[in-house]
Amino acid sequence: MKTINIKIIRDLKSMRGQVIAIGFVIVAGVSVYVTMTSVSNTLQRTLQLYYAEYAFADGFASIRRAPNAAGERLREIAGINEVETRVSAIVNLEIADFADPVMGLIVSLPEEGRPQLNRLYMRQGRMPDPEREGEAALHEAFARAHGLEPGDQLSAVIGGRRRALTVVGIALSPEFLYQVQPGSLFPDPERFGVLWMSRGGLEAAYGMTGAFNDVSFTLAPGASVRDVLDRVDLLLRPYGGQGAYARADHMSHSLISEELNQLEAVAFLLPLIMLSVAAFLLNIVVARLITLQREQIAVLKAFGYSDLAVATHYVKMVLVVAVFGALAGTALAVWMGSALAELYLEYFHFPFLDHRLDATVVVTAVALAGGAAVVGAALSARRALSLAPAEAMRPAPPPSYRTTLLERFGLRKHFDQSTRIILRNIERQWLKASITVLGIAAACGILVMGLFWGDAFRHIVRIQFGIAQREDLTVTFTEPTSASAIHELAALPGVHYAEPFRIFAVRLKNGHRWYDAAIEGIPVEAYLRRVIDPSLKPVQIPAHGLMLTTTLAEILDVRPGEQLAVEVMTGRRYERSVVVSGVAEQFLGVGAYMSLDAANRLAGDGDAVSGAYLLIDSRYEQQLNRALQDRPRVASITARDRMVESYMSVAAETLLVFTVILSLFAGVIALGVIYNSVRISLSERDRELASMRVLGFTRGEVSYILLGETALLVLAAIPVGLAIGAGLSALSAQSLQTEMYRIPVVLTRGTFALSAAVVLVSTLLSTVLVRRRLHRLDLIGVLKTRE
Amino acid sequence: MSANRSETVFRARGLTKVYTMGEVEVHALRGIDLDLYAGELVVLLGASGSGKSTLVNILGGLDTATAGNVFYHGTDLTRAGDRELTEYRRHNVGFVFQFYNLIPSLTALENVALVTEIAERPMSPREALQLVGLGPRAEHFPSQLSGGEQQRVAIARAIAKRPQVLLCDEPTGALDSQTGIVVLEALERVNRELGTTTVIITHNVVQGEIAERIIHLKDGQITETQRNEQRRAPGELTW
Ligand SMILES: Nc1ncnc2c1ncn2[C@@H]1O[C@H](COP(=O)(O)OP(=O)(O)O)[C@@H](O)[C@H]1O
Ligand SMILES: [Mg+2]
Repeated sequence: MKTINIKIIRDLKSMRGQVIAIGFVIVAGVSVYVTMTSVSNTLQRTLQLYYAEYAFADGFASIRRAPNAAGERLREIAGINEVETRVSAIVNLEIADFADPVMGLIVSLPEEGRPQLNRLYMRQGRMPDPEREGEAALHEAFARAHGLEPGDQLSAVIGGRRRALTVVGIALSPEFLYQVQPGSLFPDPERFGVLWMSRGGLEAAYGMTGAFNDVSFTLAPGASVRDVLDRVDLLLRPYGGQGAYARADHMSHSLISEELNQLEAVAFLLPLIMLSVAAFLLNIVVARLITLQREQIAVLKAFGYSDLAVATHYVKMVLVVAVFGALAGTALAVWMGSALAELYLEYFHFPFLDHRLDATVVVTAVALAGGAAVVGAALSARRALSLAPAEAMRPAPPPSYRTTLLERFGLRKHFDQSTRIILRNIERQWLKASITVLGIAAACGILVMGLFWGDAFRHIVRIQFGIAQREDLTVTFTEPTSASAIHELAALPGVHYAEPFRIFAVRLKNGHRWYDAAIEGIPVEAYLRRVIDPSLKPVQIPAHGLMLTTTLAEILDVRPGEQLAVEVMTGRRYERSVVVSGVAEQFLGVGAYMSLDAANRLAGDGDAVSGAYLLIDSRYEQQLNRALQDRPRVASITARDRMVESYMSVAAETLLVFTVILSLFAGVIALGVIYNSVRISLSERDRELASMRVLGFTRGEVSYILLGETALLVLAAIPVGLAIGAGLSALSAQSLQTEMYRIPVVLTRGTFALSAAVVLVSTLLSTVLVRRRLHRLDLIGVLKTRE
Repeated sequence: MSANRSETVFRARGLTKVYTMGEVEVHALRGIDLDLYAGELVVLLGASGSGKSTLVNILGGLDTATAGNVFYHGTDLTRAGDRELTEYRRHNVGFVFQFYNLIPSLTALENVALVTEIAERPMSPREALQLVGLGPRAEHFPSQLSGGEQQRVAIARAIAKRPQVLLCDEPTGALDSQTGIVVLEALERVNRELGTTTVIITHNVVQGEIAERIIHLKDGQITETQRNEQRRAPGELTW
């Protein structure tokens, strides 16, 4: 090895504390980048592959009931490529040893051959045989939740009759990557599952012989999605079409797309912050090194090393740190990546995940880390360049100090000598001091942002399930039912109170903007299901007009007092103009609310209810569930606690992972910045401090000068960091929120306190590390060496 | 390398150096005329602040003059740019400084290798160390060597590239007299055996006795050039 490169290794070794601290920051930045980017790439790649090979459809529509001939006519629509009609049924399932109500979505499979679209991936067993009755394939998530295997039995209430089903296969489908009950946001695979059965049997049982109620299609290349959807709508309207929608609006697809977008946003923002911090740290370390090696640089130049060679020498030094950091970060990312991919596999049911490290991601990461390092070092290395060799042989002039502003404002008498040293030092190097403050603040801010997500989710639960949805059980009927059904429910043992609701599908339109949603009618005096205003107070639903959730009002661009066209999508379709009477806050999902009476007037079939919210005595829950399941018109029973549980389990696990990773990384950054800042102050002032020791100052007094400066910077950094954290939280909430999630920017005192505490602990740790060196100050040696 | 005694290595005419520090102008050199010949050993004598270092730095291409010319074998150093000066130093000049200026993170051998690696026809680093009598200490770090030993490593580093000129700025300045003599012996031996044109700066009059010529500098001007008829070996000196 070239001798000059040996110097690199030895120099790095002698600065190993600082080098390791910076290395960790780079490792953190690179590992986040590589992990998130490669998992995001993996998911994208697998998604494309899965969609293509298993023929995920481009468009979908549900119909009340259409004759098979209508399916043939669909095929003739210009712009449509393939069409597949199906029968699908929402049913109640019964599973041995599982008391809670379970809902199933049964989807038909063609009698002959495999499905053309939305093909099944058979994980285990086989497809149902059309010749045999009662065979079903189960979605893997559902089967796993209950430990069901081929050969097991379960029963389903289809068309009012209980039927025994035999599991013959375990399957996955691109349609149900995210297996979630229609209308719900969070998976609950114990209480909802997708099943596939042969069309013949299902048709007969569900009263759909010769007809279909579900259609998927693909588009011809170059076809306009909007045009095709309009034509499909027009054709299906007479049969009770509920509006065709494109892949982008498909529940499973849109949820995973949103997840991927979030992943990409995080994969960009976090590493950006961390690598900037690393660049800054390298900058101050190299700057200090160049000051310390003034004379060495002069010698190199005197003996004919060119300016470029000298500058390259220092750049190489940081590149070594960057490259090692990047490689270690990549190694860590391999492990973190597969853990994150596992986490995703729990919610997104891919048949396979082709997780590998893309060379391009690794190269990009190394390039980013190297780039950050070079930028950081180059700014300092420039100073080495401009050092004339003859100049550098002379000792550096003593740094010029001035009395500080504070002192000049007449506060001098309040400070002792040591404090004056601290203040003058900070003021002299104000730029470095402020960047240090910024670096510590960044760490603190990242921490606040990490903890913010927990605050936000807890806030959502408190508002959504504490104020807005207070029912214990939600019961829905198979079709709108007379209001007297509510009294029957209220009379069941264990029911304290039953509150009716009416819900139906609509298309809301404002000019060219439109949105498919459901209108929910609730009593004016609602007690269980309440609408809350943006200040989070429950409000009474107005007798007239429509209340939209904030997100929906934004999507449709309407304000209270304006008119909205509402196309009712049940059976006969018609349009009415309805006034928007107010805006409601809702964090999960979007919604449109009306008074029960107004909703019934709009739906136009008298005084009907779609279901009821129940307040129950929990001791009767099991008994009540059984009683409800046996009622013929009950379509579904949902317990609110289960909803909260499934929401929290999805959120909590992901959150925990992110919070732990972020806290760890924030700690690394804080430690890196603080430790380096103290080390550099020590190196800049070891002579001064040793002289003071020689003059009789105690270790404590000398430590005060050194660590007092750091303490001051940290104290200044914490409020800045909390403010940055609030900003980052708002920014991430803004960029990560979707139609389905509104993320409230709420930060608790606990979050602020914990973030500040982590920074303080990092400070303490750095102090302990440096104090050992401070205590070993070589009093004689330091005074002897020439500067 | 084998030098023709009459050949002129440096020819300086009207060499002037002015340092401007804000309002103040310091005239470090005020019109120096000087010729240095191949293979000779010259001692530059003068009080502190008389301009010795400034002169040598300009000769060595570390610094540039404000006015006047210096020719090195017919090349005008005062017109050379940074790149040419770097090339010039790399191939022709060896420096020895008062405070040795070794790279503390490199061993004695590596300090020498640092320079031989970028030279054209260097001797081996070990050979250079042997020339100054430090062969056995090759693997030691500067912090493990005495001042005199460090300075001899610095000499080995300076001569390992077989430079045309060796410029030494107070090489004994930081050493006691006994150690200083060992260092001067090393320099004298290099001059004798390699024929390297050698300039030694000192403010110690006694050291002038080892030189062929002694140049006296005062307030940036040459006051006297003295040919030394009775050269003495460094070992015979005392101060
Ligand atoms: N970089 C500089 N800036 C300003 N003045 C300088 C500088 N270098 C040298 N001088 C001044 O030039 C004069 C000559 O300096 P120098 O050549 O170092 O003297 P010597 O080596 O003989 O002691 C002195 O007065 C010194 O203060
Ligand atoms: Mg001098």
